[in-house]
Amino acid sequence: MARSNKPIVWGPFAAGGTLTAFLTPVLIVLTLLAGLGLTPELLGYDRLHAFMGHWLIKLVAIGVVFVSLWSAAHRLRITCYDLGVRADAFVATVLYAVALIGTLAAAVFLAGV
Amino acid sequence: MAERKVELEVLRYNPETDSEPHFQRYSVSCPEEWVVLDALNHVKETLDPTLSYRWSCHMAVCGSCGMMIDNEPKLACKTFLRDYPGVIRVEPLRHFPIQRDLVTVPDDFIAKLARVKPYLIPKEPRPLEAGEYRQTPAELKRYKQFTLCINCMLCYAACPEYGLIPDYIGPAALSLAHRYNQDSRDGGRGERQEEVASKAGVWECSFVGACSEVCPEHVDPAAAIQQAKIQSTVDWYKEHLMPWLKK
Amino acid sequence: MAEEMSGKPYLRPISSEWIFRHPRYLRYMVREFSCLFIGGYTLLLVAGLKSLSDGRAAYEAFLECLRSPASIVFQVLALAFAAYHSITWFNLTPKAMPLQLGEDFLPDAAIAGAHFAAWAVLSLAVLYFAGAF
Repeated sequence: MARSNKPIVWGPFAAGGTLTAFLTPVLIVLTLLAGLGLTPELLGYDRLHAFMGHWLIKLVAIGVVFVSLWSAAHRLRITCYDLGVRADAFVATVLYAVALIGTLAAAVFLAGV
Repeated sequence: MAERKVELEVLRYNPETDSEPHFQRYSVSCPEEWVVLDALNHVKETLDPTLSYRWSCHMAVCGSCGMMIDNEPKLACKTFLRDYPGVIRVEPLRHFPIQRDLVTVPDDFIAKLARVKPYLIPKEPRPLEAGEYRQTPAELKRYKQFTLCINCMLCYAACPEYGLIPDYIGPAALSLAHRYNQDSRDGGRGERQEEVASKAGVWECSFVGACSEVCPEHVDPAAAIQQAKIQSTVDWYKEHLMPWLKK
Repeated sequence: MAEEMSGKPYLRPISSEWIFRHPRYLRYMVREFSCLFIGGYTLLLVAGLKSLSDGRAAYEAFLECLRSPASIVFQVLALAFAAYHSITWFNLTPKAMPLQLGEDFLPDAAIAGAHFAAWAVLSLAVLYFAGAF
């Protein structure tokens, strides 16, 4: 049997799983604090605008969005199969497309910051 | 020697007369220290000689007596009656076709095991005059854990992906491939990758980890498979992004 | 083998009941479902980026949305699921990347522990840098 090209899909999944494990909880804490009225300084418009305006930060942010969305998409694809949904090719296409569109959107929005 | 009345609810299937399996209840008096296999033998000897099941060593090394006991894959010779106070439900190992009663058809596993080439493939031909292979304790420890597999197939019964994806090569076969890949005497990893890194290989695993939890020999096939995934991914990116690297 | 016997082997059908067969399968499903919250939260961040690029008023409106009860509930759930993902991921890392030093392997607890420590340090650093405290 031929070697699969799954690594294309699995590599970003593993990277995303690791990154989200380290980063996502603290990000949620930041936005949760903002939601509770204790907005951290960095989340104020002026500071955040300045911070996200830096080209390196933009690149990093696009990377973070990509691997986070991709690993979520990949996991959801597998979960659908586990739950008995057989149309794997269709599910995979839709979910990975959402991840890619989300990443593209983030890039476009960041370009405007 | 205290005795206890044990109720066994055993799945029966006679391929010549039955269209479907059905449960049959047996009630036997057993010494408290017995295992499920002892109870089954007692049933066969005193109540129902037609009850069919595989067993051999009665000491958890041959891998013959795997079955579902209260919905968990276990070796019947290693499952103590004292841990099961109520009615004990005994069924053949899940995810394999039932041949008769508790006897499954293991052909799929046997075929997949052969496909991963679970034997030493030397890096280069080695004449007898060259003498024995030498291996340091560290080199031995690198693969030792994965040699402990007794081919009992409990991991296949526990793995939901094997149940959902019949083509999946499965935990034991993949971790045995890994056992040889990690052996310093072996040079066959490239050959094995045709199966291991195929879409029926490690990529069907979603790291549920059930295989390692039920393994009676603590082989940890889940670990072997994740290590193989990482190796295969590194291979793939090296091959596709740095094709000038010699294989 | 099977072909030589008379009568047909019986293959029991698979259904989704496997999820409930043992707590470990349920825990696996909870872990997998964390992806909905992590993915959903990331999309929320992307929406935040849009509001940031649309200007001050849009961004303030976004912050206002974050204050809604629905958002709070979602984020609390997301935090719980994200933390569960982190815990399971770090506990499984030593299985995927064992480290052999000399003859013996580093204990799993050491590798996982190092990840948890790094997670704590990184989180505190981010909170500090963001001016959360």
